[in-house]
Amino acid sequence: MTIRKTILDKGSDILNVYCTAGYPKLDNTGTILKSLSSQGVDLIELGMPYSDPLADGETIQRSSQIALQNGLTLDILFGQVKEAREHTSTPIIAMGYYNQMLQYGVERFLSRSHDSGIQGLIIPDLPMDIYERDYQHLFVKYNMEISFLITPLTSDERIHQADKLSTAFIYVVSQTSITGKQGVISIAQKKYFERIESMNLVSPRLIGFGIHDRMTYNQACKYSHGAIVGSAFIRSLDVENVEGSIETFVNGLR
Amino acid sequence: MTTNNKYAVSPEGYYGDFGGSYIPEMLYANIENLRKVYIEISQEPTFQEEFQVLLRDYVGRPSPLYLSKKLSQKHGAKIYLKREDLNHTGAHKINNTIGQILLAQRLGKQRIIAETGAGQHGVATATVCALMGLKCIVYMGEVDIARQAPNVARMRMLGAEVRPATSGSKTLKDATNEAIRDWINNAEDTHYIIGSAIGPHPYPDMVTRFQSVISEEIKYQLKEKTGNENPDYVVACVGGGSNAAGAFYHFLDHESTQLILAEAAGEGIGSGRSAATSILGTKGVIHGCKTLLMQTSDGQIVEPHSVSAGLDYPGIGPLHAHLIDIGRATVHPATDEEAIQAMLYLSREEGIIPALETAHALAILDKMTFNPKDTVVLCLSGRGDKDLNTIMNYLDQQ
Ligand SMILES: Cc1ncc(COP(=O)(O)O)c(C=O)c1O
Repeated sequence: MTIRKTILDKGSDILNVYCTAGYPKLDNTGTILKSLSSQGVDLIELGMPYSDPLADGETIQRSSQIALQNGLTLDILFGQVKEAREHTSTPIIAMGYYNQMLQYGVERFLSRSHDSGIQGLIIPDLPMDIYERDYQHLFVKYNMEISFLITPLTSDERIHQADKLSTAFIYVVSQTSITGKQGVISIAQKKYFERIESMNLVSPRLIGFGIHDRMTYNQACKYSHGAIVGSAFIRSLDVENVEGSIETFVNGLR
Repeated sequence: MTTNNKYAVSPEGYYGDFGGSYIPEMLYANIENLRKVYIEISQEPTFQEEFQVLLRDYVGRPSPLYLSKKLSQKHGAKIYLKREDLNHTGAHKINNTIGQILLAQRLGKQRIIAETGAGQHGVATATVCALMGLKCIVYMGEVDIARQAPNVARMRMLGAEVRPATSGSKTLKDATNEAIRDWINNAEDTHYIIGSAIGPHPYPDMVTRFQSVISEEIKYQLKEKTGNENPDYVVACVGGGSNAAGAFYHFLDHESTQLILAEAAGEGIGSGRSAATSILGTKGVIHGCKTLLMQTSDGQIVEPHSVSAGLDYPGIGPLHAHLIDIGRATVHPATDEEAIQAMLYLSREEGIIPALETAHALAILDKMTFNPKDTVVLCLSGRGDKDLNTIMNYLDQQ
């Protein structure tokens, strides 16, 4: 099933958990995908570790660095996803940076992503206009969904552009910040969520960045189709007991 | 600030295939706003007036164009040094920070951030922030904090906060990552003064324009001294490429002036410890622009090495990537060792202690052959006080 249909069918309280491929151990990727799936997570955002992740805070930077030290490459990652796909059908949206896709070869990257069972991509530093001009047709060709980010500073015009171009969901960045913040959701943020909600966008919306516990998850769900939890999940992973720590974490959220 | 045509940035921010703006949405509003206003604001008469007065009375411009007899003799050509080392704060970096602080004021920003490698850009930013009364935070790699300690002290003296970047190779690339992350977290009240001709459009063009005063002066100074405003060669070192861009700018369209870049080969091109981007780099995206960068086949950025903190960067400005690509500029690498020897030479023969970055430009003169009638202008981008510890350690080991 597509990412979009998965969200629309359930309609609310979507839980999308971010994990970094190849972390904490190189071959944990498959275990994590399978346990998130068996815990009933609706979507999985799979981080493609990058040496210089500009939009990420310390937690995801560190997990990415360790994954790369563990020897993770894109080819290994695609292999891990393909293997996990034999056991799980939870939709996967991969998150990576534009340079990874560019250097791997965009068409090859999309084709390998598709073949391995990845349904969508988030490339935070790929501008919408470049996507539309150069890559949209390839995403269509390889059946690859895409999500664009919006922030409290994004103009209405650009929000509509993101709505039009996103084929998975709109990634509503909860505040102008990098990933990993751990505060409560402020009144200004709620107003922003309400503003977006009232725009009657076509694409479903998931709120991410700073969603780290049951309270922030529930609040995010109130204003959108669901939420994305990343850094908090990475912090919760116990190397000694990966599956157990995932069960505890997901149960703690809902 | 006249613009040239053939090599000017396109409206979308490209130099040929290079440049553009590849940034997360969190920075879009800031970059878009800058793109819309940077030319208009910097061409306003009140801006120009303030900029020119500060360059003259505060920075000490024009910087002299000095005919080096020793270098001329050694290399068999007329070699002029453009003395950016004599600017206030000791390098070309201040030309850009003066321009950008005036812009930041007009944008109503209260907080300034910067990245720095050698510390010269950090000092130049801390200086203009002190002058204008703006809060200043400078990101600097831990390795660079150690090897450029005098500049760290200067920044603190000037009231700036120096924040260590502890990821990656703990050098300029990582300091730039941290500065960009800070900007994402403080997008509304903060202006990011990038210190080189890198970053998303409009930064490379904006920095180049502010630095173009270097070649503007070279032109009339050379005319006064030789009767001809165009040299045969302009030579500059390249980290991100701001001093080179400034020194080249007004000669770009004068095709018979050869543009020569010196890049840092570190311990040697094939040593695995190098920053020779034009040779080791391939096309990719770093810090918001498409350019040449050192990377793996998986697109992971490779940690560079150079003895010179200002050249210890795995990318190169998009203007230079383009000039190299189309053959308008030529690059020669210089190793750590060659740069140190060139630094010692200029110190002992001319009584000028150049920065280690600049020493790379001096070192490549040995790799070029000149005609006795040739006029060469070398951009002496900065002074070497900050590098004395590095050199003393080197001499002690000899
Ligand atoms: C004296 C000096 N020259 C050159 C550079 C290299 O930078 P760019 O290539 O932007 O001129 C630096 C950077 O720190 C510097 O301090």
